[in-house]
Amino acid sequence: MLATARTFTLDGISARPVRVEVDVHRGLPGFAIVGLPDAAVREARERVRAALVNCGFEFPLQRIVVNLAPASLRKAGPGMDLAIAAALLSASGQLDWELLPRVALVGELALDGSTRAVNGALAIAEGARQDGAEAIVLPAENGPEAALADGIDVIPLEGLGRLAALAAGEWEPRRPTALPLELSAVAAAADLADLRGQPHLRYALEVAAAGGHSLLMVGPPGAGKSLAASRLPSLLPPLAGAEALEVARIASACGRLDAALVGGRPFRAPHHTISAAGLIGGGSQARPGEATLAHRGVLFLDELCEFRRDALEALRVPLESGEVSIVRVGARQTLPCRFMLIAAANPCPCGRGEADPDCTCAPHDVQRYQGRLSGALADRIDILAAVRQPSAEQIGGGPGEPSADVRERVVVARERQERRLGSGRCNAEMTPAEARACALGPAAAALLAELYARQRLSGRAHDRTLRLAQTIADLEGAATIGEEQMAQALQLRRRDRG
Amino acid sequence: MANAPAACTDCLRRSWLLALLGPYVEKIATGSPGARSPELLRLSNEDLLAAAAPKVAGQLLGRVEALGEGQLAAELEAASCWACCQHSSVYPAPLRDALDAPWALIGRGDHGLLANLEAGGTVTVVGSRRATSYGREVARELGRELASAGIVVVSGLAFGVDACAHRGALEAGATIAVLGCGPDTAYPAAHRSLWRQVSERGLVVSELPPGAPPWRWTFPARNRIMAALAGMTVVVEAAARSGSLITADLAADLGRDLGAVPGPVTSRASAGPNNLLAGGACVVRDAQDVLDAMLGVGARRLDRSGPGLEAGLRDALAAVEAGATTCDGVAAALGLPGGEAGAALARLELLGYLTCSPMGIYSRTMLVVPVSSAIG
Repeated sequence: MLATARTFTLDGISARPVRVEVDVHRGLPGFAIVGLPDAAVREARERVRAALVNCGFEFPLQRIVVNLAPASLRKAGPGMDLAIAAALLSASGQLDWELLPRVALVGELALDGSTRAVNGALAIAEGARQDGAEAIVLPAENGPEAALADGIDVIPLEGLGRLAALAAGEWEPRRPTALPLELSAVAAAADLADLRGQPHLRYALEVAAAGGHSLLMVGPPGAGKSLAASRLPSLLPPLAGAEALEVARIASACGRLDAALVGGRPFRAPHHTISAAGLIGGGSQARPGEATLAHRGVLFLDELCEFRRDALEALRVPLESGEVSIVRVGARQTLPCRFMLIAAANPCPCGRGEADPDCTCAPHDVQRYQGRLSGALADRIDILAAVRQPSAEQIGGGPGEPSADVRERVVVARERQERRLGSGRCNAEMTPAEARACALGPAAAALLAELYARQRLSGRAHDRTLRLAQTIADLEGAATIGEEQMAQALQLRRRDRG
Repeated sequence: MANAPAACTDCLRRSWLLALLGPYVEKIATGSPGARSPELLRLSNEDLLAAAAPKVAGQLLGRVEALGEGQLAAELEAASCWACCQHSSVYPAPLRDALDAPWALIGRGDHGLLANLEAGGTVTVVGSRRATSYGREVARELGRELASAGIVVVSGLAFGVDACAHRGALEAGATIAVLGCGPDTAYPAAHRSLWRQVSERGLVVSELPPGAPPWRWTFPARNRIMAALAGMTVVVEAAARSGSLITADLAADLGRDLGAVPGPVTSRASAGPNNLLAGGACVVRDAQDVLDAMLGVGARRLDRSGPGLEAGLRDALAAVEAGATTCDGVAAALGLPGGEAGAALARLELLGYLTCSPMGIYSRTMLVVPVSSAIG
């Protein structure tokens, strides 16, 4: 007898439909899976056999062939166990469910027949809806996550044993409630109030958040660079519905969707030994990298000078285009990665900085070290903030302004930018033509022109300063860029090495 | 044109001969490069050949003598260089004091600078290639202030102090780079853009013909030109056994003034100038010290007063003077929001009171706040 069931395999961050065809016929008892399965799919044989037996079903002692269509698509992961088991039950006459061809089934089976969570439940539920499935059956653990996708009935299943009851209509599962995506759900752990003193660093963070500008912090170890960076996501405007879903989909595909993440902007801080593939995604079965995981959030590169050059180079195009394209044999994937880049570096190899009398670095070592800060990636950094250890009374002083207050100002500034540039865009993304079209007050224009004429600014730095000044003006609600705002932008700008 | 640079063929041939002899002299000079090459360069063509390359002397002499006037001019023209020899009116007067002065100078840039050169109006700034931020800062400030006082700043286009002195001088006035290779070659190559700026807005000279590569011995050899050109040689930073000290010795031998910038006694990079100071060199704290030493105390005063400052900017400046090096430090010291402190620092930088490193560290320049505004 032949039976089919629908399931999905995860490809990057999107789900691809797979049809499971099971044929049970007479012959030597055997169990074969064909259709480009990977090792985890092939091992489904043992899991399905044990699960069926342990749930009281009979494992047919006949020749069983499982075909996963389309045959050209590589199938990965253990998520197809449930569909294979259901189709096998149906083919062997133990399950009579007329809905089976119209339902998607996803889930890993334990040997006792209970279901285990899979990665990418949200993407799969959305894929099932697009594929025209009426309902999706998946492990109970994945229920709240899959319920984020609307337009499809989500049926959480604790174990294989319940399947027969479900088919017979004897058991009505409780529909799961979707995970909350509102920002209010985020624990208030990472708040800017933790940053004491350091008024300029706070200001640099605020401008960076308001205009989407990338920021480089330079300072000795322990001066608060990592702390400041980790507070940045809390300054950014809350994710709009579609954006939040996008972020949740990526997190879900990587198995990272949990209550702590949902609703907040992601913050990723990869270690500096990361490879290019780890950073932008890759591998033989292309997997999303840190850049994609930081989508709509913050990618923090601590110890920027220690990162491998090829890894940083790989980040260049994604930074500009907001997406990563990974090409592998027979497959091509485009993953989104619009993130804010925040970097931190020590001023010299020993970390103290040349101005510190305790610095033991030879001058040429310092030059070589700082030389790593130049180059293509540094070119895309707008703001430089020199960070120093706050004084004892600052650390002992009261907490700083909380994130929520700063965020209010940032949200207003972002709204102004969207009105001017179009929805979803921010000042950091302004083209040179747009930057030069900024409304400049006469005094501000004179200030910028004077610096430019003295050859202290390159053409690129000129535009970068304009973008920063525009963000500062947006923060202050000014219609034109004033002299004060231009002066602030000139101070904040990252300097070219002279 | 009366003052057009000109060179007689014999003197020019000497330059080309030196270029041909590069590897041979190198062999002799490698033992103690500092001492030997200026001595060798005192020799006449024939003696030099006999000492350096006895086996191929005839051959090399033949090659050099085969160079005609037209061919030499064409080669100079092709490299957009010019030449002046010791018999020309353009040849700088101070150089005539040196026994081992080059027969001819090949230059690129403004030859008027060379013709009007006086020892009293020229200062050579030398120092370590591996200078610290202190040395680089002082060299730049010296270069800028001396140039703005109308002094021609001479240096060697090398890494570190030399480059900073040139850059500083270019901001305010004239500078001359003396090279240890042909004047059409940027050496070190990393300083190509600096070399271009100096040759466009100042002057690049060498005793070697266009296209000549540098040898180890050519650097002490060009040091003797640097020492002779200027009325005073200032050593900014140098290790105890540094090439810059060769320049200082040569300058002292010529009876020129010698200055040194004091540095921390614990700093290896300042050991050279500190030793010179112990030996009686002039203390150089700033350009005014140089002017006083060279022209007599009070002969020329540097006007260092900057533009007037309003109260807020004065406070920010005072905070930097009191030791705040970052914008954060200034904001914290004054209790200002970060943005306002940043704007004040940007203005002060623009007015010339502060400089900012690529790492965002601010330091004070020599500019003095005018008294009138300090009261008002």
